[in-house]
Amino acid sequence: MKEIAYHILDILQNSLRAEAGDIKLTIEESQRSNSIRICIEDDGKGMEKEMLLKVFDPYTTSRTSRKIGMGLSLLKYQAELSGGGVNVESEKGKGTSVNVWFQKDHIDRQPLGDIAGVVRIMLASGNNCNFFYKHKTDTAEFEISTDEIKASLGIEVISDNQLLEQLRELIYENLISIESELN
Amino acid sequence: MNKIKSLDDLKKMRAQAQTGINVREKSIDPASRVQVKVAMATCGIASGAKEIMDFFIEQLDRRSVEAVVTQTGCMGYCYAEPTIEVTLPGQEPVVFGDVDKKRADQIIEMYIKTGELVDGIIPVNYRTIDK
Repeated sequence: MKEIAYHILDILQNSLRAEAGDIKLTIEESQRSNSIRICIEDDGKGMEKEMLLKVFDPYTTSRTSRKIGMGLSLLKYQAELSGGGVNVESEKGKGTSVNVWFQKDHIDRQPLGDIAGVVRIMLASGNNCNFFYKHKTDTAEFEISTDEIKASLGIEVISDNQLLEQLRELIYENLISIESELN
Repeated sequence: MNKIKSLDDLKKMRAQAQTGINVREKSIDPASRVQVKVAMATCGIASGAKEIMDFFIEQLDRRSVEAVVTQTGCMGYCYAEPTIEVTLPGQEPVVFGDVDKKRADQIIEMYIKTGELVDGIIPVNYRTIDK
């Protein structure tokens, strides 16, 4: 996992597996507070308290195909390596929220990476849920969601590859305009 | 070409292009189209699954192949990531492992376009140790 974007994609996959109807990704980059904060919230299945206590244990997973679940433990390692941390809250039947923060100027912080690409993948995968994405910087913010795209373009599903290419460009251009770190 | 900065820009561009996207986007029957599912769990992402999914989205569009590309969870073949499952209309799904861009290119040109099988297929009778 060379970029923070990869970790985000990984955690978002958990929300999809939890059969969430709403998945919300918020990224806040701030030069002023020298931080990058990421919040992933979903209204999926949630976790039992026992599972929540073990959630950073790499030998804990809800999967049956394998016995290792390294996503959150890798994220925690990278966040703490760069002066940050992770907090996970979850309630069975209500959903889960993952909050992670990094010290922006820390020498060991991974680059933010291809966020536009990650959002595109989620838009392509979110036809059974509403995926909402907000990105804030000190100067501006940008947001987009699957429901907004479908309503605006009068479509029922987001699956056309040309459209996905165009949406990636739209997100990338907006990240430039709000002065996001792009790599 | 003007840059796309808003959904209004995108809407105008699509209206001008008249590419028929609207018609396709109203179809919710994926069985009639080629389906590519990219395993996107931690093992897949760490092995390059995101780049492979980007490649399929971009190249299938450029090569005018109508296909639905989505992500899926871990299929249990962590040893062979990135893995993808390709379903041609009316056929059984086929899982390919160790998919890099070269193999992805072969899968598009040979399997998706002509139905010819290529290297890297994970047999359907394969089971992980736990099973």
